[in-house]
Amino acid sequence: MSRPLIRIKDLSIHFPLGRRLIGQPPVLKAVDGINLDIPKGSFVGLVGESGSGKTTLGRAILRAAPITHGSITYDDGQRTFDVANIKPRDLKEYRRRAQLIFQDPYAALSPRMTVRDIIAEPLEVMGLTKSRAETDERVREIAGKCRLNLEHLRRYPHAFSGGQRQRISIARALVTGPKFVVADEAVAALDVSIQADILNLLKSLQRDLDLTFLFISHDLSVVAHVCDFVAVMYHGKMMEQAPTRQLFADPQHEYTKCLLSAIPSLDPDDRRPARIYNPEETA
Amino acid sequence: MSAPLIDVDNLTIRFRTDEGLITAVENVSFDIAPGEVLGLVGESGSGKSVTAKSLMRLNSGNAEYDDTSRITLNVPGEPSLDVLSLKRERDMKPVRGGAISMIFQEPMASFAPAITIGDQMVEQLLLHTDMNKKRAKEISIEMLDRVGIKEPAKRFDQYAFEFSGGMRQRAMIAMALSTKPKLLIADEPTTALDVTIQAQIIDLMKDLVSEFGMGILFITHDLGVIAQTADRVAVMYLGRIMETGAVRDVIRRPAHPYTQGLINALPKLDDLDAPLTPIPGDIPSPLERPSGCVFHTRNPNHVPGSRYEREVPPMTEVSPGHFAALFPEDVPALQEPVR
Ligand SMILES: Nc1ncnc2c1ncn2[C@@H]1O[C@H](COP(=O)(O)OP(=O)(O)OP(=O)(O)O)[C@@H](O)[C@H]1O
Ligand SMILES: Nc1ncnc2c1ncn2[C@@H]1O[C@H](COP(=O)(O)OP(=O)(O)OP(=O)(O)O)[C@@H](O)[C@H]1O
Ligand SMILES: [Mg+2]
Ligand SMILES: [Mg+2]
Repeated sequence: MSRPLIRIKDLSIHFPLGRRLIGQPPVLKAVDGINLDIPKGSFVGLVGESGSGKTTLGRAILRAAPITHGSITYDDGQRTFDVANIKPRDLKEYRRRAQLIFQDPYAALSPRMTVRDIIAEPLEVMGLTKSRAETDERVREIAGKCRLNLEHLRRYPHAFSGGQRQRISIARALVTGPKFVVADEAVAALDVSIQADILNLLKSLQRDLDLTFLFISHDLSVVAHVCDFVAVMYHGKMMEQAPTRQLFADPQHEYTKCLLSAIPSLDPDDRRPARIYNPEETA
Repeated sequence: MSAPLIDVDNLTIRFRTDEGLITAVENVSFDIAPGEVLGLVGESGSGKSVTAKSLMRLNSGNAEYDDTSRITLNVPGEPSLDVLSLKRERDMKPVRGGAISMIFQEPMASFAPAITIGDQMVEQLLLHTDMNKKRAKEISIEMLDRVGIKEPAKRFDQYAFEFSGGMRQRAMIAMALSTKPKLLIADEPTTALDVTIQAQIIDLMKDLVSEFGMGILFITHDLGVIAQTADRVAVMYLGRIMETGAVRDVIRRPAHPYTQGLINALPKLDDLDAPLTPIPGDIPSPLERPSGCVFHTRNPNHVPGSRYEREVPPMTEVSPGHFAALFPEDVPALQEPVR
């Protein structure tokens, strides 16, 4: 097998929990000794209860959370980065290649900028284009791929629905031509009818633009549909990683079993109480 | 049959705004019996929260109720109450935290930041029951325990900011249930929670329904949650009910193209290869409500020029107790469920 796009080895991220005068200050182990490979071109789901460290892990890969211990390596065949030790002059190049799609399409977009300016901003901030004409060209191209038309580009975000706003956020994340994208609860705030549209869009962009996704979500049915591979976290630790079908058909870890049992079934006659995870019992 | 706990008849709510009059809810009717759970589903902006708040008269001052709208509360053993005719604040006490309790969509907004969670729970009980302070504290701690908050006696003395999102939501539920309301309105009570805690809260609410015979109006946009909790369901779109009936009938044999669209858009675990089919188009702005059937602009089966563009379809019976906003010729023939 070829080398993964992202290789995470023994990664820990600790946050200080207040101060203490004597001895080691207490820490919160948000990420605790995680190993994970993200193959090139894959759609990897990251699930686990609230506070389990999913966002922190995603942010660490984007170099937006402090790495306490361990390593993250990025290798797209053209460039390699040791994420914990990226030199300041290489940071721009890394940010161009690794991007984030925000959760909340309502909060993420500045109300005073036109859609064109919102999508163009990363290009301008990173100085990736040489002229306004070139910027416009890139914006139009990615907007088209995200099914936004020229009319949309002139307007302000408040005039858009939730689904359209999320398409704007996606276009903005993809305008720099990244290879790797973290989508953190990218469809959580959307209605199901629109969620389906955004998920289909992400999948087609993955194919057309040869993207690799880390898809963070607490909706397991969504993860089952769009991801090739799923990683399950609990209290900062990795519980289980498996190809999607295998994980849903035959979960190995007790925590994964409990998590799957809690998915509300669409069958009104299938009303079983969920299993409750009790680490002491199974440890 | 005894009178329903709450009877909503022909409810129409408009808001006066700078941009004009917005119709948020139009000709909505439903009722809930004691011990019954009615699910209310629909996309964002369909009028679910506005409908729910009207039962407690909590909509803002720019809300106008139509003259023909009626909301009747029938608490067993008490005279029935015409909710929309209440004029003075003090007359509204029975519908605000007495017979009716509400779990709000935004849990942070539901607790005052500078008063401990416990004091707020006790205050609620003193206001709406004849308990003394000591008993109110005992009941509050017991309720915190029942919603799965560990060390409830300690948590009782903490402030909202010291709780995680999921804990705040559970404390909100504990507070709403502590007065033993006859009707609980739960507005998206589990959306901020992860699936495992969501499942625990749903199980708790089901216990309370059977324990106290409480009726619940359960608002969510998650059809899976509805399938797990509700007896009956009403599906709303742009202020109107599109389909209503027993949960089994509506989910297994949806008659309205909107309900069918919602179900087709859902990712299903038992068929991972099924394509996800979005409902085409975007929800129109409430200022540009379509004429006739409000859904016709997004209905993939719509025939241009048909009367759905001009006439509002009636609620037509599909099977006993199952109705859809369709002209009779479009009601699908009753067939065996595919399963
Ligand atoms: N900057 C920070 N400082 C201190 N603690 C933090 C910080 N960021 C995250 N944490 C803590 O790290 C833990 C993991 O948080 P994280 O946001 O990664 O969880 P999550 O799995 O994304 O949860 P959710 O599903 O609720 O989004 C939590 O206990 C959180 O409070
Ligand atoms: N105070 C108000 N003034 C003007 N319009 C309002 C007011 N409150 C609600 N509306 C409008 O009424 C409509 C219905 O809103 P409501 O909050 O009931 O939707 P909802 O179905 O609860 O949606 P969500 O799923 O997003 O919570 C919306 O178009 C909303 O903008
Ligand atoms: Mg997160
Ligand atoms: Mg609402």
